[in-house]
Amino acid sequence: MTVRSALSCEGLGKRYGSTWALRDCTLRIPAGSVTALVGPNGAGKTTLLQLAVGMSAPTAGEIEIFGWSPQREPQMVLPRIGFVAQDHPLYRGFTLADMLSFGRRLNARWDEKLARRRLDSLGLQLSQRVGKLSGGQQAQVALTLALAKRPELLLLDEPAAALDPLARREFLQALMEGVAEEGVTVVLSSHILADLERVCDHLVILSRAHVALADSTEEIARSHRLLTGATRGVDEIAQLHSVVHANTTDRQTTVLVRANGHVYDSHWQVSNVDLEQIVLAYLALDPVRTPEQPVMSA
Amino acid sequence: MVQFHLDSTSGVPAYLQIVQQVRQAISLGVLRPGDQLPTIKEVVGSLAINPNTVVKAYRELDLAGILDARRGQGTFVSDDVEGSPDHDYAPLRAELVKWLSRARGAGLDDEAIRALVASTLRTELSVRAVA
Repeated sequence: MTVRSALSCEGLGKRYGSTWALRDCTLRIPAGSVTALVGPNGAGKTTLLQLAVGMSAPTAGEIEIFGWSPQREPQMVLPRIGFVAQDHPLYRGFTLADMLSFGRRLNARWDEKLARRRLDSLGLQLSQRVGKLSGGQQAQVALTLALAKRPELLLLDEPAAALDPLARREFLQALMEGVAEEGVTVVLSSHILADLERVCDHLVILSRAHVALADSTEEIARSHRLLTGATRGVDEIAQLHSVVHANTTDRQTTVLVRANGHVYDSHWQVSNVDLEQIVLAYLALDPVRTPEQPVMSA
Repeated sequence: MVQFHLDSTSGVPAYLQIVQQVRQAISLGVLRPGDQLPTIKEVVGSLAINPNTVVKAYRELDLAGILDARRGQGTFVSDDVEGSPDHDYAPLRAELVKWLSRARGAGLDDEAIRALVASTLRTELSVRAVA
């Protein structure tokens, strides 16, 4: 079964001066998925999102949103996407009623009912001024405006980073309700996975401007195994499986592998690893050992 | 209406936790044949999880004949499920409470108690399998 891609890129790169903010990025995000874009600050997450919405042009390669180029065919792309930038840009002097009429005039597919219903369920009044709202409320308003645009793809850049844990949870609840109701495809970036583990079904790990891993969370959890055993070399195991990270003390060797089928080797004790540990292992990759080719399934 | 809760430290996938909680609710008589389950949106809204997780859990229970998804109406506990007989669990619970206080008196903490129960269950299961 082939699933339509919401976002796909091939050899995508963006250079600022002499620095590549994103390089050799090839991936596919299926329509209907909730994808977490994870990596440390400066890994290229914001660059990728800005390329996706056409706010900047690629230096190399191609990016497509539902098959269209955000740069060359913005008229096809812009009505289909919603973007919530890092600082939830809203006009602070506007009332919520002003924000709604702004959204209504700029967006052909605007859903006024949805917007009012959501603001109502947040306990907000249309006469309230944006600048007077709490951080969590502003994030919720930004999400409401983005959903009322009825996008097919919603991109969120660190949407919950500045929120306290309760506001963060409420934000993610609202976002997931939006997914359940509207069936919108979601890509959200974060420098930590912890919050997103429950909400995402696909994961893209960016590290040092490269894609380190991109797959469904189910496949990632299924294929990664932690091997522990008495101190020994990892060459033998590396011939059969991809070694992500190896750590050796004088007594014990611990290896995280992306397994190629089952691991049958009596030298090792094989155990499952949770998603967060896997992400940390990829992010901890020593730059010298970073493989030339990203570890990815076809 | 049942409410689900997730333990993110258990290592058990979220969808399986929901599956197990539905099965438990049925075996404890909290859910009975014909009872309606919360909608996908309700579960997602209360747990902040991916809707597909709930869809997957409900689908698995549907395939197992435990739930019955009725188009446009919602998801219900299947009429074919053997409801829990009208057991009164109070005496069992009272014995358990007594046992727990003895266990605490013997110096066991919550974690040790859970480990003891889990390992006893496993042993008992394997003994039953042999018998």
